[in-house]
Amino acid sequence: MSEKAIVCKDLTKQFGDFIAVNKISFEVNTGEIYGFLGANGAGKTTAMRMLCGLSYPTSGEATVAGFNVSRQQESIKKNIGYMSQKFSLYENLTIKENIEFYGGIYGLTDRQLKDKQEELIGKLGLEKEVKKLVGELPLGWKQKLAFSVAILHQPKIVFLDEPTGGVDPVTRRQFWDLIYEASAKGITIFVTTHYMDEAEYCGRLSIMVDGRIDALDTPANLKKQFSAATMDEVFYALARGAKRSAD
Amino acid sequence: MQQFLVFVRKEFHHVFRDKRTLLILFGLPVMQILLFGFALTTEIRNARILIVDDARDIASQQITQQVAASTYFSLEKNALTHDDLYKAFREGKIKCALIFPPHFNDDLLHFNKAQVQIIADASDPNTAKTLTNYLSAIIGDYQKRLNSTAVLPYRIEPELRMLYNPELNGSLNFIPGVIALVLMIVCTTLTSVSIVREKEMGTMEILLVSPFKPIYVILSKAVPYLALSLLNFILILLLSVYLLGVPIRGNIFLLFGESTLFIISCLSFGLLISGLTNSQQTAMLVSMMGMMLPTILFTGFLFPLENMPVPLQVISNIIPAKWYYIIVKAVMLKGMGFATIWKETLVLIGMTLFLLTISLKRFKIRLA
Amino acid sequence: MPAVTLDHITKTYDKGKVQAVTDLSFSVEKGELFGLIGPDGAGKSTVFRILTTLLLADKGSATVAGLDVQKDFRKIRGCVGYMPGKFSLYQDLTVEENLRFFAALFGTTLEKNYALISDIYEQIKPFSNRRAGKLSGGMKQKLALCCALVHKPEVLFLDEPTTGVDAVSRKEFWDMLKRLKEEGITILVSTPYMDEADRCERIALIQEGRILSIDTPANIVKAYPEKLYAVKADSIHKLLLDIRLYPDALSCYSFGEYLHVSFRGQDKGPDLQQYLEQKGHGNVVIKETHATIEDSFIRSMGSAKNLPS
Repeated sequence: MSEKAIVCKDLTKQFGDFIAVNKISFEVNTGEIYGFLGANGAGKTTAMRMLCGLSYPTSGEATVAGFNVSRQQESIKKNIGYMSQKFSLYENLTIKENIEFYGGIYGLTDRQLKDKQEELIGKLGLEKEVKKLVGELPLGWKQKLAFSVAILHQPKIVFLDEPTGGVDPVTRRQFWDLIYEASAKGITIFVTTHYMDEAEYCGRLSIMVDGRIDALDTPANLKKQFSAATMDEVFYALARGAKRSAD
Repeated sequence: MQQFLVFVRKEFHHVFRDKRTLLILFGLPVMQILLFGFALTTEIRNARILIVDDARDIASQQITQQVAASTYFSLEKNALTHDDLYKAFREGKIKCALIFPPHFNDDLLHFNKAQVQIIADASDPNTAKTLTNYLSAIIGDYQKRLNSTAVLPYRIEPELRMLYNPELNGSLNFIPGVIALVLMIVCTTLTSVSIVREKEMGTMEILLVSPFKPIYVILSKAVPYLALSLLNFILILLLSVYLLGVPIRGNIFLLFGESTLFIISCLSFGLLISGLTNSQQTAMLVSMMGMMLPTILFTGFLFPLENMPVPLQVISNIIPAKWYYIIVKAVMLKGMGFATIWKETLVLIGMTLFLLTISLKRFKIRLA
Repeated sequence: MPAVTLDHITKTYDKGKVQAVTDLSFSVEKGELFGLIGPDGAGKSTVFRILTTLLLADKGSATVAGLDVQKDFRKIRGCVGYMPGKFSLYQDLTVEENLRFFAALFGTTLEKNYALISDIYEQIKPFSNRRAGKLSGGMKQKLALCCALVHKPEVLFLDEPTTGVDAVSRKEFWDMLKRLKEEGITILVSTPYMDEADRCERIALIQEGRILSIDTPANIVKAYPEKLYAVKADSIHKLLLDIRLYPDALSCYSFGEYLHVSFRGQDKGPDLQQYLEQKGHGNVVIKETHATIEDSFIRSMGSAKNLPS
């Protein structure tokens, strides 16, 4: 059983001539909140896909929760949670049905499901909304719910792809409260975000530019390194030199 | 296994919550069974037949009675001259005719043989074949009855004449129908999808917030599709004439004119459909699938309209393709001029104006 | 005569089930760079659509360039520039074809108002023969801005122009807007990013269809009622939990590196320091800080709902 949640060495993904992810190497400790930052088009999504066991690396090695990303993809999927801004839950199913579905997928028993359901609904204060279709909830509640469902089966690591996009400042912070709680319970958090203040909440973070990792450290050290007052300035200093942008 | 069941359960939820899926699931089979089981039949009933009786003797009258009694035929009032006969064919008022020469019975008694002439409108060769077979059967029956009490055999020889399509070329009936179908589907689909695409991409918003009047947006979309559809039409004509041997007997400019009219009605249909949805996929489905079935059924080229129950025949009147089909058959195959088809043209003009007016009125100049 | 006015505008969807905007009133002066700041679902797009005459409000009235949005919508449509949320350009037309099309749409030519867009266009000119669909997010944004400006509109409506675009392009975009302002064009921009609020002359904070406050960014933060403190310690999460248990803490929430804390009543700085050190926190730093737009937004939201306290 590896102590590290994620170990990544020279991980590369190439599409024809185009090198989307260029020999990235990093490690994430168990229970850490790790920020995986980068501009649009830098290769973040491609890298995350490989780590989630959704795509095969062209070269290089990585293990997630101790499982190899090239050879043990099914085991990885069983042991991680995933949530993104674009997809969270089924809009035309109720909250209850979504929980039952995802719980069932990950092999929770009926008893476990029932308990978790009550816990989740109670914590988020959704007692009155239980019968509503998810599509009828405001965005912020959807995101919080999606996160809770993603960790329903108590995965070792949860991958969050820009989970707080477009959400109001209060709900964003409530979301991070949930993240902190999960981290305190021992779940490793791997999160990407565009909000630079959220970068500060991470224990350590890496910044991808043009397929490479150009910075990896704690927020405090990065700011010292780039003589910046905020993470925003650090990011700007790195992203400015990028050749690839967006799409 | 449990995971599998969980997935299945979710899919059931999705299905029952989506009204459109339910409609397809239950509505479509029911409708199809009803239509194909009851309404549509290739069996011919009440085909309009004209009997020209130049003999007016016992034999001709007995045969006439048999024909009148048959469920396959419906007797038209007797014509007096042969000109009336061909006029009736041209106008599509009759599907076949039986002509008794003078002295029919006398010929039988004295020479033991007589001739009758059977003329059929072969622009629909299948129907023509069936009808001539029915008639031959009736005449054959009469012949048998005569022979049962006779010493020498009697022979009644039917002389067959297939009008408009002596080779019984099946394409002749088909092609005008296909032209109508293709134009209908292509024009409607292209127009509706094009307009909905603007909505889906968000460019419609910008077009609206400009001094450019919405009607010009519509026209600017209609013009290329009108031109392309006419080109399409020319292509189909060329293929039909040179590959399938279908003739163009009538005035080609008239054909073009009518086709342009029909294309405009299809474009308006497309415009109307585009107002119903914001998704290109739905627009395409409604235009292609939604329009295909009614057009195929109610134009009359696959299933003759006369054979359908009356309610369906009534419905067929609101399908523009039906009128266009009659026009194309008349002009292309029968060589008819405007004088014959002015009624159908008027109906088509009326429909087109109606569709245009409604779709223009319903065109939303705002988002909601 | 203000360039844009809204007077008690209310709009609902779904037969009244969804309240998009409720009783909204504000005005924008000619030549102003005005920001509509709020998260998704706040009603920003609805406001823009009402002002560009694409939607009819249920109640209330609005004017743009002195014209009524309901009665004179055709005239308004001729004199405003609009950039809706999704970079709506023709993906299969090239950069130049798109620009010429939009110029023609407004009855003008690319050359006529070239001076206005030249700064921006020069940046994408090398790509003028590339199809719009193949541009990066930042370049699409510049092209969309050019297309909205090509007919020299009186009022420019930009609905979330920086969403989904990389950080560098975002900064460049706001620089471009500042330069446009100097041409006398009234610009209304909506954005969910609080930090962009500072680049506007005046802003309206909007949440759930209602306006929380309208003023210059400077005035809004000046109006923050309590004194705000930035607090830091070794373990941020534990810090958050402990301060929330502190009886005199009015609000406490994360703000990047620090927590922003405000107190009930008098200055409790030193007292808090003691409390935290007793709880075993190391390297406690407590200092006064200025409120930002985001702080004001959070506080305004809290006045309507419970603060995360």
